Amino acid sequence: MGHLLQFPLAFFTPQSGGSPNADHINNLYKITLAIALVIFVLVEGALVYALVKFRARRGAVAAQIRGNTRLEIGWTAAAALILLVLAVITFSKLGAIQNPPNSGPGGDTLAGNGGLLYASAERKLPPNGKSLNIHVIGRQYIWQYVYPGATEPDGLGAPYSYVEMVVPTETTVTLDLTAADVVHSWWVPELGGKFQAVPGYHNYTWFKISKPGVFRGQCAFLCGRGHATMRATVRAVTPAQFDAWLAKQKQEIAEANGAAKLARAKLGSQTGAGQVENP
Amino acid sequence: MATYVAPLPQVSAHGVEREATGWTSWITTTDHKRIGIMYMVTTMVFFCLGGIEAMMIRLQLGAPNNTLVTPATYNQLFTMHGTTMVFLFVVPMMAGLANYFVPLMIGARDMAFPRLNALSFWLLLTGGIVFYASLFFNPPEAGWVSVVPLAGINYSPGGGEDAWIYLIHLTGLSSILGAINLYATIANMRARGMSWGRLPLFVWAILTYAVLLIFALPVIAAAVTMLLTDRHFGTHFFDPANGGSALLWQHLFWFFGHPEVYIMVLPGFGLISEILPVFARKPIFGYKAIAASTVAIAFLGFLTWAHHMFTAPIPEAILIFVMLSSFLIAVPTGVKILNWIATLWRGTIEYRTPLLFCVGGMTIFLIGGLSGVFLAVFPIDWQVNETYFVVAHLHFVLMGGAVFTIFAAIYYWFPKITGRMLGESLGRVSFALMFIGVLLTFLIQHVIGLDGMPRRVYEYDNVGHLGLYNAISTGGSFVIALGVMLTIVNVARSLKSGVVAGPDPWKANTLEWFTSSPPPANNFDVVPQVRSAEPMKDIRREIERRSLDGRASGAATVPAGATQVGV
Repeated sequence: MGHLLQFPLAFFTPQSGGSPNADHINNLYKITLAIALVIFVLVEGALVYALVKFRARRGAVAAQIRGNTRLEIGWTAAAALILLVLAVITFSKLGAIQNPPNSGPGGDTLAGNGGLLYASAERKLPPNGKSLNIHVIGRQYIWQYVYPGATEPDGLGAPYSYVEMVVPTETTVTLDLTAADVVHSWWVPELGGKFQAVPGYHNYTWFKISKPGVFRGQCAFLCGRGHATMRATVRAVTPAQFDAWLAKQKQEIAEANGAAKLARAKLGSQTGAGQVENP
Repeated sequence: MATYVAPLPQVSAHGVEREATGWTSWITTTDHKRIGIMYMVTTMVFFCLGGIEAMMIRLQLGAPNNTLVTPATYNQLFTMHGTTMVFLFVVPMMAGLANYFVPLMIGARDMAFPRLNALSFWLLLTGGIVFYASLFFNPPEAGWVSVVPLAGINYSPGGGEDAWIYLIHLTGLSSILGAINLYATIANMRARGMSWGRLPLFVWAILTYAVLLIFALPVIAAAVTMLLTDRHFGTHFFDPANGGSALLWQHLFWFFGHPEVYIMVLPGFGLISEILPVFARKPIFGYKAIAASTVAIAFLGFLTWAHHMFTAPIPEAILIFVMLSSFLIAVPTGVKILNWIATLWRGTIEYRTPLLFCVGGMTIFLIGGLSGVFLAVFPIDWQVNETYFVVAHLHFVLMGGAVFTIFAAIYYWFPKITGRMLGESLGRVSFALMFIGVLLTFLIQHVIGLDGMPRRVYEYDNVGHLGLYNAISTGGSFVIALGVMLTIVNVARSLKSGVVAGPDPWKANTLEWFTSSPPPANNFDVVPQVRSAEPMKDIRREIERRSLDGRASGAATVPAGATQVGV
């Protein structure tokens, strides 16, 4: 079993440090936490003060107050104002969290048109339109990653891997999430938020890793008995190492497919049942 | 010169006919009080079962990579726990309290439809039995939200999922009938003079609860029917391979599921609004604001369901709308807490157990409300949703808004139901243990979630301090259990040997304290005229005035128990 996190992280905030979107969420969280702590201290302070100060004593008489319209309008407006401020702060951070930036100068040259199979309004691309687009497919209980580089129409023949996603550093990686069976959720905490992979739908996110490293996560949506073991790893390597890895992956898959084809042909001729279907 | 004339009772079944006893009198009863008691006892039994499931969950998670239960058993445990606590404890417990106390608080002699009322209870019990019967074959394991396709026939072939569907149908029918009954009762059977502006705030909350149930439950009833026909009759509502939508279920479920949160906590808010003024010896601060915020929360509650789906493939415009509507709902909720604090302010606060549970519940709910703001900010939600952060959030909301207020109601109303007081010192210890237990169990779960542990996983690796944090949480859950058990012991002891309460032990404000404890079958021999939102205050004042007059004039004093005023 791998690790959930690579490093022990700050006690009170979500994980970050892998990708700019995770850092911005972490930042937004800290602002919200500061506001929430102030409200908690004020409200709980008032409650505890009232409980101590106004406890029943001999001779004390309760003030028969039924309300105070001005005070009530005042605190309603104050509560609304605090939330308005939080909304404005959220909107100011939204772009940096949602919109992927361009790849860095040292990014992978393979990053082309984002490996688009089709266009989608919901899918966000970097300003220059270039990203490494990986199709993430959730299935009980394993993640599959399909890279660009299909050799046949319909995206067939593309290199892929399971469990461990290898990506180049300094490169904007866009993810296109879907599921083969039940709902799953992609989540590598240090690389940003989680997104459901729903069969029949596409969901999108992105990350950009600056330094080589390993980031761990796991499925975050109940998907059955093996849910807890559906782990994911993202390994960031230099673009050169990535290109080599992808080429090797491609070659190994081609070899395995060739061997399987031969085996099927052999099996078919032995049993006389013709071509056995690809399992 | 004032002379006292004892008014003729309008109805007096008691004393004319002997009260029915024995078990047949319970299964045939249409008396709202007996039905209320059956609701409360049944739901407390389910609360204990759900609690045992929670303890088993915490035991499994008490250590990293634990193998106490199998993955299948673990999934069954959290499915049973969540479903039980929502559908068989909180919602019907509120219905039970409403059943017993709404007619008494509005000066009615029963519910509007007594036989329908009995049907509601027996449907609830049947639903619970059908659901728990699955323990003997194949309990459901798709979670209390039963998200498709996992809950479909291909991935959950066992009958447990069907038992879950029938539970939703039976308890849903029970709740809809009960809600219509409560609405009809409150709308039509109030005492003379009890205008909407004099309705007790608990009754306002129950009225809103009833409306929410009537609007929200048909949606889940339709959804589970579609799930049932998908599973067994070849339809494809939720099957993406045949033109269905896997996402549709989430929309339908949460369209019901979010109002359900308010169905669970609004009656609790109503309880706090009733109990605080009694023990602060002060009127509620801002009656109208509290009643209005109850209605506002209910309305806004129907616009925020998609905040449970921030990570699902839905358009950004929806994310933004739902974030803002969720912010908006925080305003009336926050206002209520400030109104409660202002109610305590400059009062003379008596530290009795019901008050302790109320202010403890307020503190716990405040934490849950604030963590809810984090979850409303959808980019933050992307990190913390579906983790232990959310588990912590929802338990703070429901522990504070529902469980603690229900316990406050138990301590507050036990004297009315049984005629005897619950033990005060045992009650205080029970409160302290439950309060400390909740903080121990759930505060640390925020950190567990932030450290990357998703919910609904049966095992985790010991990275960082996850092992330690989870052990703390498990320890806390045992403290809660001990606190709950002390209250059960308290109830068992006081039933026989509690101090006799009399009709109005707390010097409270509402009409249920006008009648004897326990109330007779017809509730009131005479229903008093209501002149304010606190009729019992008026009545006590009137009695005081009359007895002073009586003494001064030498006329007979008011006989005990004949406290009828303004007839």
